[in-house]
Formats: sequence, C-alpha cells, structure tokens
Amino acid sequence: MSRRVIVATFEGEQDILGVTGAVRERNLSILDIYAPYAVHGLDKKMGLLPSRLPWVCFLLGLLGASAKVGFEYWASWLDWPVNVGGKPWDSLPAFVPLTFEIMVLFAGVSTVIALFMVSGLVPGRKPQLISPRVTNDQFALVFEHTGGNIDIDELHALLQRYHAVQIEERVE
Amino acid sequence: MASTEIGWQTPLIQGSKRLSQVTQDVCEPLERKASAWWWIGFLISLSVLMVGLAAIGYQILTGIGTWGLNTTVGWAFDITNFVFWIGIGHAGTLISAILFLLRQRWRTSVNRSAEAMTLIAVMCAGLFPLIHMGRPWLAYWVFPYPNFRGPLWINFRSPLAWDAFAISTYFIISLLFWYLGLVPDLATLRDRSEPGLRRSLFSFFSLGWNGSYRTWQRYETVYILLAGLATPLVVSVHTIVSMDFATSVVPGWHSTIFPPYFVAGAIFSGMAMVLLLMIVVRKTMHLEDYITHRHVDVMARIILATSGMVGLAYLTELFSALYSGNPYEQFAFLNRALGPFAWGYWIMVSCNVVIPQLFWFRGVRSHLGVVSLICVLVNVGMWFERFVIIVTSLHRDYLPSSWASYSPTSIELATLAGSFGLFFTLFFVFCRFLPVIAMGEVKGVLSYGTNQEESHHES
Repeated sequence: MSRRVIVATFEGEQDILGVTGAVRERNLSILDIYAPYAVHGLDKKMGLLPSRLPWVCFLLGLLGASAKVGFEYWASWLDWPVNVGGKPWDSLPAFVPLTFEIMVLFAGVSTVIALFMVSGLVPGRKPQLISPRVTNDQFALVFEHTGGNIDIDELHALLQRYHAVQIEERVE
Repeated sequence: MASTEIGWQTPLIQGSKRLSQVTQDVCEPLERKASAWWWIGFLISLSVLMVGLAAIGYQILTGIGTWGLNTTVGWAFDITNFVFWIGIGHAGTLISAILFLLRQRWRTSVNRSAEAMTLIAVMCAGLFPLIHMGRPWLAYWVFPYPNFRGPLWINFRSPLAWDAFAISTYFIISLLFWYLGLVPDLATLRDRSEPGLRRSLFSFFSLGWNGSYRTWQRYETVYILLAGLATPLVVSVHTIVSMDFATSVVPGWHSTIFPPYFVAGAIFSGMAMVLLLMIVVRKTMHLEDYITHRHVDVMARIILATSGMVGLAYLTELFSALYSGNPYEQFAFLNRALGPFAWGYWIMVSCNVVIPQLFWFRGVRSHLGVVSLICVLVNVGMWFERFVIIVTSLHRDYLPSSWASYSPTSIELATLAGSFGLFFTLFFVFCRFLPVIAMGEVKGVLSYGTNQEESHHES
C-alpha cells in the first residue's frame, strides 16, 4: 500500500524539539524522526511509550540466575558429589558469585539481542537512509500526509518557522 | 595555565563546534594515511609483542619450569600480571558505566577509548591464567561441560572457578557495551566513506543503522540497562579476583579488607592508564578541543581520591596486624615492610600513596607532562602492590624450614613485556581504524554549558 509522506530536515536540536511538538499539536501522525544522536527529551515530544526491553533484561536475568543456582546444586550435590575439604553439600553462599555472573551474562546478552531483533538491526543489512546527512548533522522529521485535511501552505509556514532546510513530499 | 577557569558550566567541548565538525574532526584522522609516529609506535609495540610471543611459545613447549617459581612461591609473576591487567581494565567500565549512571557528562569524550582499553586489558589479563595452567590447550576444563569422566563437574565452591566465569562474563559484557556504542558511529563512518572494502566493513558492522529515533529510544534504554549491569559486574570481578587470595589461609592474604581494597586499587591504576593514553591521544590525534584540560583535571582528582582509598587500605593492614594479636599476621606485615622484599613495599607506598598527593595542586594537574609521569609511576606502584601481596605473603609463611625466595627469569620478564606489547599494539590498531571519540555521544553534549536552558534538562 502506498502512502504519501512529508520529509522535512532540520539542523538544530532546539528546532527538531520545537517542530515535533508543533506537528503533534496539529494531530499529524509522526512516522519517525531520524537523528545523528539521541536528542534528550525527544521521545516525550514524540509521545513514544517507554521501551519494554527492561522486561527482557529482568526475565532473562532471572532465568539465568535460577538456572545457574539449580545447575550448581544438581551438579555438585546430586549428580556427582565431590567432598571438597568437608564443605557442606548445601553451600549456597559459595554459589552466589557464579549465580550473579550468569545472571548478568544472560540479562546483558539477551537485552542486546532483543534490541537488535525489535529494531531490525542485522549484520550486513543495507541501510534505508531517509536523507544522506542524518548520521552526520541533520535531523529528519517524517510524517504522514493524508491529503484532504492538510493546508499545505500553512504546513510549509510552520516547518519554515523552525528553520526547515528542505521539505519534500514522497510516496512510499 | 588553560585549566584555571574550570567551572561546572564550562562547555565540555571547546571551540563551539557544529555537528558536522565533530564528525569531521573525529573521522578525518581515520581517513588519511597513518603518520610516521603511528608507524613507529605500532612497530615498536609489535616487536615487543613478538618477543613476548616467542617467550610464551618457549614456555609452553618446555613447561613452566622455565619460571622462577618453587614449591614455596607457587604464584608470582604471572598472577601479578594477571591482577595488574584486570585492574587496568576496570577504569574503562568505571568511565563507561558508573559515570554514565552518575550523569557525569564529561565522560563522553573519553568513554570510547576507555572501553577499548578495558577490552584490550582483559585480553592481556586472560593470557596469564591460560599460560599458568601449563597446558593451555586444556583451558576449557575450567568450564562445566558434559564430559566422559562421569560427567565430573568443576568445583563450584572454588574462587578460581568463579574467576573464569567472572572474567569471561566481564569480557563479553564489555565487548557488547563497546560495540553497542560503536554502532551509530560506524554508520556515520559508513555514510561518509567511498565505496570499497572500508565501506563494506563499516556497513556490515553498523547493522543497517539509519538514525531512527524509535531505535535511538530503545538503544538508550538498553544502554542504561547495560550500564546498570556492568556497574555491579565490575565490582564483582575484582572482588572475585581478591577472593582468590582472601579465601585462603595464608597470612597476608586471609583478610576481609581485600575486596574493597582490590576494587579501589583497580580503579586507581586503570584511571592512571586511561589518563596516560588520553594525554597521548589528544596530542597525537589533535583532539585538544574534545579531551580538554578539564578532563585531565577531573581524572587526576579521581586518581587522588582512589589513592587515598588505597592508602587507607595499607594502613588498615597495619592496624589489623597490630590489633589482631596474631603473630603470623604481624610477622607477615613486618616481613612486607622490612623483609627481603621491603624495596618492593616501599616502591608501592611511595608510588601509590605519596606521589599522587601532588595532584592536590592545581598547577600539577594542569601540567600534562607531570601528570603523565605520575600516571606511569602509579602503574609501576600498582604492579608492585600485586607483586608484594603475592610474593611476600608466600615466600615466608608458617614453617621457616620451607621459606624460600623468588626472582623472575628472563622468560617471565619477556612475557610481561609481551603483554605490554599486546596492549599497545591493539590500542594502536584501535586508534587507526575506529573513532576514538564517541561521536554520537559528544554531539549530545555540544550545547552543554553554552546556554542556561540546556543545563536544566539533565536528570
């Protein structure tokens, strides 16, 4: 399905923050913003919900920790008990450091993999750049152009007020 | 001196840079031919590495009888080097994770190279337990895996087994953290390089990054999570390293102060190494506007603070020896300070506690030559700290009949030199092919201190 979008590029952090708020007030749906760095506060202006990735981190960390503690008990108490210097079979304090390490390993690695999966970051993938300078020094605002209800001249004036460098209509 | 006007509202990056200029300043050194200085430094490091590799090859073929160890001193040079290098690595994580959580925004200029230093230092450290095993081709035995011997599992109650897990986890998490930070910068490099091998490599590793803010938002979330995980991790790693000693019953090792003492010492020595590297990098790569006198000043203060902690730990050892009333503990302390290795103890005290006190003076902190010299001395002192802890505790323990001495052989010295060769070779390679400044982060702090409105945005 093709849709018409408007791509406007900006050069200043304050401009992109301001224009995002203004465009949202007009009930235009922002598809995405492309930026060379993580502009502080832009997610709130865009109305993005907080990411759910912390859940992946928490759950996989929990899984790693419980699997490790279970494995330690199973291996050193049940499967092949070896008496080391008369230490008790149930040596939970001695199992804590490894459990912690495995928790961190599971939580960290899985969160990064989850990020790559949800954001479509794949090694060797061809980038779809909206504008050639978004990884260098420009911000690009992309929003949907539904046709009828938009006054093009007014929109241009609005974007110009925030020093838009270029305004383009595209069909995706 | 330029640093006299350092205030909290001073811009972090000097020279009122535009975004495109940051890209240009950071990428430009990677795009021109390597300078003669780079080649000289690289080739010297590489030749030292080769000497080390020859020594490692020889000792693996011959056996660890090529070392100066004996039945009394069973741990010496290699474990000293191992603890030293792990400690160096810790400052990278301090800068990248702990200072990130503490919102110390000056870290953006130095975090990339500090993290690279962490990775390289952990590689250098990992080398030593591997060689120490004597049969490095069986190194995988330290991990539990299903085997045909029962299966016989490793002893999960042993700090040496914890060590293997801690170091591996630390390496993997540091690598992820570093690589995640690199992805947006690799995309920047990809988009400005000519088609060719370089571009294909950048393109492959930048994962199709296109600057989407939805991705940036998740990326920031993951960055905070990783920082939150790496912070206790770095403390746990050196705590576990210290438990290699503290859980034994050797006087001089068996001490509850060891974990905090080791962690503070690790950050102390690592920060000195980062600062030394940064002073060289800013000069040779012309990054004076990014790594400013303010950065040097702040890092020198961290060194001063951690030097105080290390000094406190030395005094605590004296106090607990005195107060415990334990003759073995008292002997171990006196033997350190006045015995055959007293020279090592006093090198350690003067380099780690006395000399860093010079950093109280602003004039010293702003003189880069003096700062570099102090950083070198701190690293010498911290190497000797580990040597003193390990060798002086072992060489005279309980039975005077089994007392012995220790001196390193040429093979051990060559291996230590080789680890420095490895460290600097890899660091030179890093500086040549990857951006030493995290562009994606520095761009975010450009406006810091330039207007009042922005400075309220934090938190």
